Amino acid sequence: MSRVDVDRVSKRYGQVIALDEVTITFADGEFFGLLGPSGSGKTTLLRAIAGFVIPDHGTIAFDGEQVESVPVHRRDIGMVFQNYALFPHLTVADNIGFGLDVRHVDRSDRERRLADLLALVRLAGFGARKPRELSGGQQQRVALARALATRPRVLLLDEPLGALDRRLRQEMQVELRDIQRETGVTTIFVTHDQEEALTLSDRIAIINEGRLVQVGAPVEIYERPRSLFAARFLGDANILRGTVVDRSTLRLADGTLIRSALPAAPVAIVRPEKIAVLPAAAPAAGNVLVGEILQAVYSGASITYRIRVAALGDEPLLAFVQSASGDVLTPGAPVLARWSPEQTIPL
Amino acid sequence: MRRLSHAYLGLVLAFLYLPILVMVAMAFNRSALYELPFTFDLVWFRALADNQRLLAASWNSVWIAACNAVIATFLGTLAAIAFARYSFRGKQLMQLLLFPPITIPWLIIGTSMLIFFFWTGIGRGLHAILLGHVALSLPYVIVVVGARLQSFGPTLEEAAATLGATPVQTFLRVTLPMIAPGVVTAALFAFAVSFDQFVISYFLAPPGTSTLPVEIYTAIRKGFTPEINAVSSIIIVISMGLMLAVARNYRFGGD
Repeated sequence: MSRVDVDRVSKRYGQVIALDEVTITFADGEFFGLLGPSGSGKTTLLRAIAGFVIPDHGTIAFDGEQVESVPVHRRDIGMVFQNYALFPHLTVADNIGFGLDVRHVDRSDRERRLADLLALVRLAGFGARKPRELSGGQQQRVALARALATRPRVLLLDEPLGALDRRLRQEMQVELRDIQRETGVTTIFVTHDQEEALTLSDRIAIINEGRLVQVGAPVEIYERPRSLFAARFLGDANILRGTVVDRSTLRLADGTLIRSALPAAPVAIVRPEKIAVLPAAAPAAGNVLVGEILQAVYSGASITYRIRVAALGDEPLLAFVQSASGDVLTPGAPVLARWSPEQTIPL
Repeated sequence: MRRLSHAYLGLVLAFLYLPILVMVAMAFNRSALYELPFTFDLVWFRALADNQRLLAASWNSVWIAACNAVIATFLGTLAAIAFARYSFRGKQLMQLLLFPPITIPWLIIGTSMLIFFFWTGIGRGLHAILLGHVALSLPYVIVVVGARLQSFGPTLEEAAATLGATPVQTFLRVTLPMIAPGVVTAALFAFAVSFDQFVISYFLAPPGTSTLPVEIYTAIRKGFTPEINAVSSIIIVISMGLMLAVARNYRFGGD
């Protein structure tokens, strides 16, 4: 288990800057999610930590020990690849034991470790099978066991659940989380799936165009994004633009005043689930926008409303409402959208 | 329809095998002039056992083909790995240049090799024949092994590296087992290219030594004897046995 320090790492491919002065610390035992759109540099960062990418500048250190010039096979890492990269010519046991075999671990230790790992990933009895005889989820678990077999200092996961269907994905998320807790290995994983990042990570880094946009705990980033990119990449956001009137007030184009608990800024967001949708006549305190329902999408537990609001121009206001009463407002209905000043997030 | 396609495939196979079967049958026929009725006799095999020229040539052929298979497969496999796994300047051009020799008539390649070997002092002889055969076989090996390497990306090798395998361990434990069927196929190809080769061997053979195809050609020009059928039958049995054994051991194209 190790702490990983990435210090001012840059990597450029021709004209494309994949990593631009990235500095980040992964704490010992942390489960860390690198989240970003494709081409953002998140995979390049993971591969730089693994040793497949040599940075143009900057340093990478495991527990204070610099590793940029250490080849992949001597970095003591474990990695799970997007398509698992199981060795098709080897059995499940030999796949998991591969790291032990190349280190010439003696037979009885190998067998003991193998039994532990097969139990850990709930595949006891599958040792003699070939990878192609396993389901996607089972292959994923073999890949994980193989990566953990040598007790690596860092576990790297490249879109580990990307190839699984939704149901299995959710199961594996829980399992991955449990196994990580049990082993306590510092884990860094790359994903473009925001839900996966939120569910699994102790901390998340949002990456865009080779730079860190924001680093923090999932709650922190979701509830208090510091940029429009972070706000929109992790979750949905209604964007409010206007002029700052005083410390806590933003005036929209039509004169509507929006109050915030935090110091006001020309751009603010409000999350759709923080908005209450009320009948037009209802008494309302806090921030209130007047509008009419444009579209209502009923999905059982919740209802998604798109509300036309004059103050926001063409962009409809998005609101997620719990369908507690079971009533769905119909398009054209006049409504008030209301939220408290604490839920306005100035950027 | 089913019966029709059956009959059709039967015809194709007959077209392929009938001449060979006739040759094998005649190796066991007493008459030297392909006369019927067929009388079983091993007289031509006994004659073959006494024909030192033909035996020496056979031995040369087998020996050269085996050496060629080993050398060309080794060199070609390394080249295929370089092409498939590394990027370097001029790679595409070099890959493109692999194919023309396959289409250039052997007669022309043979002539150019003869001139070149004469000019460089390599001269003629079994070593020159082997050199020529290796050059001819390389493109086949590179293509066959390369196709196998293309069938799996570099990810497996990367996975091995993350697990602590050195480049040599990665090659021996992952790459080689994965490409093994391709390497065996390539070696057989190389063996066959060399064993079949007539023109280049003919040009590069010094007086007094030759390979089997060259010797058979010379013998036919002097007057056909059924010993040729006998030696051919032996070769057919051996090479078909080899192919069947390999086909049984490896399901080509599968994992």
